[in-house]
Amino acid sequence: MASPQSLFEKIWSAHEVAPESPEKPAILYIDLHLTHEVTSPQGFDVLRERGLKVRCPDRTLATIDHSTPTLPALNGKRPYVTEQARTQVATLRQNCEDFGITLHDWDSDYRGIVHVIGPELGATSPGKTIVCGDSHTSTHGAFGALAFGVGATEVGHVLATQCVLQRKPKSMRITVNGELGAGVTAKDLILHIIGEIGVSGGTGHVIEYAGSTFAGLNMEQRMTVCNMSIEAGARAGMIAPDQTTFDYLRGRPMSPQGEAFDAAVEGWKALRSDPGANFDKEVELNAADIAPTISYGTHPGMVVPITEAIPEPADASEVKALEYMGLTAGQSMLGTKVDVVFIGSCTNSRMSDLHAAADQLRGRKVHPDVTMLVVPGSEQVFRQAEAEGLHQVFIDAGAQWRLPGCSMCLSMNGDIVPEGALAVSTSNRNFEGRQGPGSRTLLASPAAAAAAAVAGCVADPRTTQPKAA
Amino acid sequence: MQKITTLSGTTVVIPEDNVDTDQIIPGRFLTTTSSKGFGDALFRDWRFDDQDQAREDFVLNQPEAKTAEMLVGGRNFGCGSSREHAPWAIRDFGFKAVISSRLADIFTSNAQKCGLLPVVVSEPLHQWLLENPGAKVDIDVNDCSIKAGPHNETFPLDGFAQHCFLNGLDALGFLLDNDSAISRFEAARQ
Repeated sequence: MASPQSLFEKIWSAHEVAPESPEKPAILYIDLHLTHEVTSPQGFDVLRERGLKVRCPDRTLATIDHSTPTLPALNGKRPYVTEQARTQVATLRQNCEDFGITLHDWDSDYRGIVHVIGPELGATSPGKTIVCGDSHTSTHGAFGALAFGVGATEVGHVLATQCVLQRKPKSMRITVNGELGAGVTAKDLILHIIGEIGVSGGTGHVIEYAGSTFAGLNMEQRMTVCNMSIEAGARAGMIAPDQTTFDYLRGRPMSPQGEAFDAAVEGWKALRSDPGANFDKEVELNAADIAPTISYGTHPGMVVPITEAIPEPADASEVKALEYMGLTAGQSMLGTKVDVVFIGSCTNSRMSDLHAAADQLRGRKVHPDVTMLVVPGSEQVFRQAEAEGLHQVFIDAGAQWRLPGCSMCLSMNGDIVPEGALAVSTSNRNFEGRQGPGSRTLLASPAAAAAAAVAGCVADPRTTQPKAA
Repeated sequence: MQKITTLSGTTVVIPEDNVDTDQIIPGRFLTTTSSKGFGDALFRDWRFDDQDQAREDFVLNQPEAKTAEMLVGGRNFGCGSSREHAPWAIRDFGFKAVISSRLADIFTSNAQKCGLLPVVVSEPLHQWLLENPGAKVDIDVNDCSIKAGPHNETFPLDGFAQHCFLNGLDALGFLLDNDSAISRFEAARQ
């Protein structure tokens, strides 16, 4: 009998064009390549320099998200932050036209953040290998796919050969059992995990999230968890597909249709780690130990339960981080004054995230000292939110309702947190200056971010009495 | 890719742990469509203040940084965003190698592909390098050895990456040579 295999090993071995040897990495076949304007131009340049074509144009899907403005066109002109940003988008448009690749441009019903639209379209599905020149490609692992970020040079490799060269990563299983407490979200779960294993705890590994806690999450919540695997240093994060996965994918534009879908599901059901499968590292945590969690430093491992005080710095880097943040050890996070609130990013910009934020804001006002941006992850989310009237909840509260995109998560489109300002953000990185030069970031869930917008300071979303519609 | 067989030069030390690629090159420099000319953006917000004046006390603004060949970083250097612009910026500034006791995965992969040698050393050697900025370091890619002060050790380098560095090859050529194997794989899956 074959030895038991993990989910990761099953997908890996099914995609080996050639296995690795000491002299050579494995040649790994890529089922789906997602791309955007920032990390693709150099890859297309390589094709042109060498006179190559795209090997499988139908296995690459492009969108525009990072450099795109979130304010509407004025007199027919999109307000790009710079002409260079406009050119970058135009370059992708030209490249897609020249090489026969589908682009979800401004006029597409499916334009949006690359890690939001892949699943929405049903392009993301169990068992696939998925890459993108973007570290948050780990998001797609929520569907039981092996999905990881690559660099711009590798984008060229995939375009030209549909393959990447990879050493087989190690495997790690993080098991969490039990139900999350009231008001504790998937974002709190992953922030807690990163706090436990550290920002390099997953380096060299592919993480499988297992246990009843993840099984109880919906697909949007699973995406939030897998999205931040890279913040623990991991190559990828994945969750075995189940009925929740299949139900999400049924009827999506790029999912198999009708009987073909049922046949696909039968195959997908085998995509789980066998009993006795080996993992290089195992971590077990209890859901009951997890509280609403917020970051206080300059990397996503510096987190505390929102009701607790900032711990003593462990080393010189943490001393520097607290200095940058303008926070002190022993200080309570609750009550910390906030200037900006951002709801959005590939971590938290889907319908359930907007619902959680709207429940905090309904019938309330954003604090007069706070600027709040709500940026949906995609055209689909934008339209659904407007159909449900969520946008009106945000606008009535005094928040800005913007067009879909990455926006203030990395602030390369001009949506920036001002220098010195403190933001509560539903994004994934609290690095120095990530949201603009001199900006300071607290990472939290959509509920906690919206609660902070109302209070004008860090607040416990469990005590602010959310109001459902 | 530029060939690297041996390196003999001095270091610049940026000792902080968990230096992410947003620090190495901030997001606002990513709207370009080129893969060259990022040297000025390297550690931009650590090198320059909000008035774009050089911070004289920052190590990359010191004269010795101009001639240094190796950048020594703290633990988990290069974490965060997969932007290849980060190793491009380090390379364009003039460094040939990045040394730490732990380098982030995607950063390492990107560095290998753009001719920046990633060198992971033992904790004792790392500590020594952190304590001796400007130290003379000798690296030989042939036997993956690194010598600095009292230390002499080997570092792990993927066999294929070593081959590429020694011969100035890029990986795309190797993948293209495997075209028929890729076609066979595709046919078998039909």
